[in-house]
Amino acid sequence: MNTAPIVGTSVPRLEGRDKVTGLASYVDDLELPGMLYGATVRSTIPRGRIRKINFSPHINWPEFVIVSASDIPGKNCIALIEDDQPCLAGEFVNHPEEPILLLAHPDRHVLPHAAASVTIDYEPLPAVFSIEESERLSEIIWGQDNTFKTCLIEKGDVESVWENADYIVEGEYTTGAQEQLYIENNGMIAAFNPRDGVTVWGSLQCPYYVHKALMKLCCLPPEKVRVVQMETGGAFGGKEEYPSMLAAHAVLLAMKSERPVKLVYDRLEDMTATTKRHPSRTRHRTAVSRDGKILGGEIEFTIDGGAYETLSPVVLSRGAIHAGGPYYWPSIRVRAKAVATNAPPHGAFRGFGAPQSLFAMERHMDRIARVVRLSPIEIRKRNLLRPGLTTSTGQVIEEPIDLEGLLDRALELSQYCSKRREFARDNQQNKIKRGVGIAAFLHGSGFTGSGERYLGSIVGLEACADGSLRVLVSSTEFGQGTKTVLCQIVAEALGLRYEDVGIAQPDTNVVPNSGPTVASRTVMVVGKLVQSAALGLKNTLIARGLLADSYSPDEFREACRNYVSKYGPLKSLAQYQQPNEIVWDEHNYRGSAYAAYAWAVYVAEVWVDTTTYSVSVKDFVALQEIGKILHPVLAKGQIIGGVAQGIGFALYEKVVWQNGRMQNGQMTNYIMPTSADLPPIRVHFDELGNAHGAFGAKGIGELPMDGPAPAIVNAVVDALGVPFDSIPLLPEDIFEEFSRTTPRENPAHSLQGGR
Amino acid sequence: MNETLHDHGKSEITFILNGQSASVHVHPMERLLDVFRRELRLTGTKEGCGEGECGSCSVLMDGELVNSCLIPVIQARDARITTIEGLAPAGKLHELQQAFLDWGGAQCGICTSGMILAACHLLSRKSQPTLDEIREGLSGNLCRCTGYMQIFEAVAEAARHGAGS
Repeated sequence: MNTAPIVGTSVPRLEGRDKVTGLASYVDDLELPGMLYGATVRSTIPRGRIRKINFSPHINWPEFVIVSASDIPGKNCIALIEDDQPCLAGEFVNHPEEPILLLAHPDRHVLPHAAASVTIDYEPLPAVFSIEESERLSEIIWGQDNTFKTCLIEKGDVESVWENADYIVEGEYTTGAQEQLYIENNGMIAAFNPRDGVTVWGSLQCPYYVHKALMKLCCLPPEKVRVVQMETGGAFGGKEEYPSMLAAHAVLLAMKSERPVKLVYDRLEDMTATTKRHPSRTRHRTAVSRDGKILGGEIEFTIDGGAYETLSPVVLSRGAIHAGGPYYWPSIRVRAKAVATNAPPHGAFRGFGAPQSLFAMERHMDRIARVVRLSPIEIRKRNLLRPGLTTSTGQVIEEPIDLEGLLDRALELSQYCSKRREFARDNQQNKIKRGVGIAAFLHGSGFTGSGERYLGSIVGLEACADGSLRVLVSSTEFGQGTKTVLCQIVAEALGLRYEDVGIAQPDTNVVPNSGPTVASRTVMVVGKLVQSAALGLKNTLIARGLLADSYSPDEFREACRNYVSKYGPLKSLAQYQQPNEIVWDEHNYRGSAYAAYAWAVYVAEVWVDTTTYSVSVKDFVALQEIGKILHPVLAKGQIIGGVAQGIGFALYEKVVWQNGRMQNGQMTNYIMPTSADLPPIRVHFDELGNAHGAFGAKGIGELPMDGPAPAIVNAVVDALGVPFDSIPLLPEDIFEEFSRTTPRENPAHSLQGGR
Repeated sequence: MNETLHDHGKSEITFILNGQSASVHVHPMERLLDVFRRELRLTGTKEGCGEGECGSCSVLMDGELVNSCLIPVIQARDARITTIEGLAPAGKLHELQQAFLDWGGAQCGICTSGMILAACHLLSRKSQPTLDEIREGLSGNLCRCTGYMQIFEAVAEAARHGAGS
């Protein structure tokens, strides 16, 4: 057997060579013979009844394939959790940019003009654009009460804590929408023939989500729907549910035209019409003792889901469960609610509700520290979870995590204490105010609660005729390194070389449903299954007498080859079984919300220029415990990339809304960090291991999105002494706050009180 | 672009692409990016924003780094152009490509072609750039996956291996 370790080493990214040479094939790189190009006619108003669709007489319409809601063979919906989102609006529109009509033509150049030549007469209806307007219920736009989902987490007796509290600390925190801004826009190609049904090739995260949606839309059996993932140029959740919409549209055009159809959005369409991170509002009311211990508290977490339910219930659950942060709450009540507004539906984005509620939690900890007159460090130390204590859902912390140690190490790595002293002293004189801020947080790996049990993911590993191995999963690669890491796991499990293992491109005709590639679940959940499928395959070879207990990679290959030539295809499957100790009560939100958590402490240093009010992050330390690191370069890449997106979430990325429509849907006016905007991001790991993950791994994809925003805003507050509780925090917001609170010329004089 | 513009007035335009003469029969206002991708079927150059903001479609034209989505093909007449396909013509990776592979400089890959060409341009001006020079030199190319740090490491490594000389 190959004894050199593979897991834990930075083997070359499996598809890396194709990516650095430009050979990797993305959906827009694919052209099919006779292919048409598609375009979408969208609503220009937030809410109303469609009265009439007018086609300009200046266009030769018979050249075009035109699809409306009446062309849908099955149910007019994008099947996901509820079927409330139409594929094409029929009678009513409920948000700007809602798809109404589809066009296709052999010449892509004529489409923008044609789409603009379709005008729609509406009878406008009153619309709502904010959480507050939605809650007022003056206009009911969804269901009975504009509410997609509520959930309640209760632990202990919160009512009894208020009278014994030395302090009651309240705060309200808000976060804005954030665009995923993958650099490859959404795109899909569809083809149809009556014998095989429909096939789509696309940029997507979840082949089986698309599969499910197309079956319902087209009334087709599973074997007549085939979904193939092309190389995907970034996703971050933005290609979790929305690709089902594109696939549906491309398929309808392909069915009507009986030709392949390519539908690729341009940047403006992608940004204005597709999903974003849910805007949120979190209210905290916390009872605290004189010595800084949390006695109990109430958290009200509300997210804006946009016009249709889509994934909001699950985003809400994750946000609510993470709302208490990595702290021990003797009693807590979390009331969470996802409400409807007339904006395009908000959706999955790295972190999935947790960055919103954790921003609130970590800002609130600093507010509590200020009230109790303890340092941000001390207040956290007195309340951090420890092994044996329970989370807000009553889950007992069983792993030997030492959060206080993690915090201390982060402070040391960032020189937090000396910086804080130095900055407090120097800020008096300087126009550039410097500050440091911390955030302690956790992120649950895998689907929430019973989610993994319901998914019941299946993975496969097959031996090919030449004796090589091929991993069969629907788990997709979109930058994280899915393919690389899953091949590493198989190679390590079987004592083979990394090069001995390949992986199939996700294609629903070829791979079983290993679940969606979301929720930081791939390495931990799917990886563990792949590890078990590998052992199953080896045992089969041994049982057939084709392999000895000890073997070389070449002998293993030969055994596979012999098996296939003697007995035919060899495939080993493994299906997820929820371990008995993971018990979740989904009605009462009690029990083990996640099989494992990754833990982290992040420290940000910021400089605020009090002339321009601009904030720069000058140093960033990201320390996390993530189980076992399977691939150091990829792991580090996930963390740095997530931190960069978190910095954007905190300081740059503002979606400007007007009547439910994004006004700045271009890279020119929606600002994400460039290489010149980012500080050195210093990544450090602790590795405790994890019984539930492949070789002890935990999920890490989303974790780094949670901490940067609160650490940075806490640092800005440290620098300026003025509380800021909303992100994105732009220079104009700081200016406004200063103009409001400090009439004097130099803001520095009136700041820095009460430290 | 309207119908008339597309259907009429095509002309023959020649340039040197990746060291070889290339000739296309297209409308002179066709975007250079589309000429590569659709006429010549060189799809390594990617479109991210279509307005010169993201740099995914960056190529080298007469030694300058340009956004091919902003260049009408007529402007490329007789120019010497390098796309990602021209960096490893014989199948052996360019030092920058190898370093991006080794150091995690490519994640989803969509910005990678443009980023590598931007790095190539930087190293052609400054064979041993400082970290700040790398940071500045790549600031016209957006990457949403990596947070850039591993790209900086890759460029520095390639420079050490003489990519710029």
